[in-house]
Amino acid sequence: METPLNVRKLDRKDILGIKELSVEEINLILETADSFVEVSTREIKKVPTLRGKTIINLFYEASTRTRTSFEIAGKRLSADTVNISASTSSVVKGETLIDTARNLESMNPDIIVIRHSAAGAPQMLARILRQSIINAGDGAHEHPTQALLDMMTIKSRKGGIAGLKVAIIGDIAHSRVARSNIHGLTKMGARVFIAGPPTMIPYDIEKMGVTVHTRIEEAIRDADVVMALRIQTEREKQCIFPSLREYAQHFSLNKRNISLARKDVMIMHPGPVNRGVEISPDLADCANSVILDQVTNGVAVRMALLYLLAGGSNT
Amino acid sequence: MNLLLKGGRVIDPSTGVDQVQNLLIKNGKIAGRVEEGQALNDPELDVIDISGKILVPGLIDMHTHLREPGDEYKETIASGSEAAAAGGFTSIACMPNTHPVNDNRSTTEFILKRAAECGLVNVYPIAAISLKSEGAILSEFWDLKEAGAVGFSDDGKPVMNSALMRRALEYASSLDMPIISHCEDVNLSAGGVMHEGAVSAEIGLVGIPAAAEEIMVARDILLAEYTGAHIHIAHVSTKGSVRLIHEAKARGIRVTAETAPHYFMLTDEALRNFDTFAKVYPPLRGAKDREAIREGMNDGTIDTIASDHAPHARTDKELEFDYAANGITGLETSLSLSLSLVQEGILTLPELIKKMTINPARILHIPKGTLAADADADITVIDTEKEWLVDPRMFRSRGKNTPFQGQQLRGKAVLTIVGGEIRFRDL
Ligand SMILES: [Zn+2]
Ligand SMILES: [Zn+2]
Repeated sequence: METPLNVRKLDRKDILGIKELSVEEINLILETADSFVEVSTREIKKVPTLRGKTIINLFYEASTRTRTSFEIAGKRLSADTVNISASTSSVVKGETLIDTARNLESMNPDIIVIRHSAAGAPQMLARILRQSIINAGDGAHEHPTQALLDMMTIKSRKGGIAGLKVAIIGDIAHSRVARSNIHGLTKMGARVFIAGPPTMIPYDIEKMGVTVHTRIEEAIRDADVVMALRIQTEREKQCIFPSLREYAQHFSLNKRNISLARKDVMIMHPGPVNRGVEISPDLADCANSVILDQVTNGVAVRMALLYLLAGGSNT
Repeated sequence: MNLLLKGGRVIDPSTGVDQVQNLLIKNGKIAGRVEEGQALNDPELDVIDISGKILVPGLIDMHTHLREPGDEYKETIASGSEAAAAGGFTSIACMPNTHPVNDNRSTTEFILKRAAECGLVNVYPIAAISLKSEGAILSEFWDLKEAGAVGFSDDGKPVMNSALMRRALEYASSLDMPIISHCEDVNLSAGGVMHEGAVSAEIGLVGIPAAAEEIMVARDILLAEYTGAHIHIAHVSTKGSVRLIHEAKARGIRVTAETAPHYFMLTDEALRNFDTFAKVYPPLRGAKDREAIREGMNDGTIDTIASDHAPHARTDKELEFDYAANGITGLETSLSLSLSLVQEGILTLPELIKKMTINPARILHIPKGTLAADADADITVIDTEKEWLVDPRMFRSRGKNTPFQGQQLRGKAVLTIVGGEIRFRDL
């Protein structure tokens, strides 16, 4: 068998956020993920590592990408994966999250992956359930697997993370991707700069160790990595910004402003991209864009986490 | 039954007394001090030795949520009264945000009737400013006062309409009653579930800026100045509010203010692990706000400590943070938490007692908060050294929702007497 033989186990029950992870744990996850990349390139993309294990994907918020990525990760490790979709409105009306969780617990799964629109929902489950909980995105709080796959992508292109200048552009306030990446990248020694309209910059965010700009150019200058965030178009109605057109004119990545960055700048986006809003169409597909690598690495990172948490062994 | 409380340190800020005395209670009234030996051979007399303890006028909590009528599963007037007595309170004023809202004579009368039936502590209803607290039409202030209301508030909801607030102040003023304002600009606080600051920035919960409270404090002060009426600011939580109230008092405006123990004990750091027990409205603020609240207590800007007792059932709190109910059950921890201000040297014991007795009595114009001769014998005896562990399972309140669970506190009410009758005893 070819999956990692000498991997240490992750000494924790849950993956709730990057905030709690140590540098050593992040390195362990990224190294494990590296070793899983190969599995996905085989003719038969399956190893028996988690045979007999059950993973529940509990999604209270639609997300085809993340859910599919977790599902494929589980299946490639031979686990049984079950998808449950629920709408948040049903939670408020009837069965509470805790009721649902206790029901799931009684069915004895090994890992529960949860996506929820309310920040802290995975923390609540982790406190109550015996099972390992993986946070697949909670409100505007954390999206640890996304940050891990982003770090994996940066590391594989740049050889490392320490010392890099990373710019994160867009709606920081509502972005769990931004928060998890800020925790992860600063922890790994990168300098993080954020930029966006002031309405998208949370009050006191500097305390997380980032430098704040309200002009995209200042954040991008000499950057090694530029990460654009997805803009939720419905935020216009909440007076977060006047119009998509104006946002695109001043905060979209384009040939002109990206030329301020380093020649070998990596362009990242958690997807799905609103082309012409966050990134000009030509830029999204250029050689510097790693958007599709991110997706590929997402499967490997999730395989690594499932493997490390479920304590998979090679039989 | 007559009662002699022997050997306690009597502190009554309303009369300036602070000395060891034997206090005699006759026919439910304060009969005054007695010297050793005198009157002690009355066979009808029940003597309780409270030496080493503090004897004060019965504590008053002017901001309590009893959930009856409507949400009896959270609290009833009876369970709330029991909790009050156990916390050392002889009088509580209850907020009108029940179901139905206390915006009419019959609801006020119902509350008083229920309170009398359980007969533990004095309950003073606060009536709604507007019908259903919807902020549109004034409720019938005269009727409500006649029925027994002691103040008006749309607590839980701010009065967003400044014109309505002005009329409410004018009307209440003519009846010599306070308007108690829950200060919040709902457009600024919309969607918010915690204080806006470094913690909300990091954990991704929607923040409520301090300005959402302060803008309304400023408005209410301006309206109180304009109308000459008395505004009482409920649950002050921010540094800016303290500053505004301080300046307004200096200018002679009729403004009084309260805060709740959690605002001088905790900060938004308590929410880092999404603890819904620390979810309150207004939210726990930052360290600078907490500091300013303590200063405001010290310099008299904040007149009284109110518990803002907000009992909830487990199912109201065991939810995702965004959906969990706001509030802390407070009646049984309020005094002990407040005593920590004395332990830390921020207030003297008489200053603290003043804030929990005569000050709220004056704000609500109720004949309480004093040990003057012939006053109702409402008395609280406090053991300032008694150590106890906050165990919500032991609470009389139906609400077990407290972020202070598991904490060791020092100081506790050990005897609560209402109208000469012992309502709680832990001696
Ligand atoms: Zn209120
Ligand atoms: Zn209240």
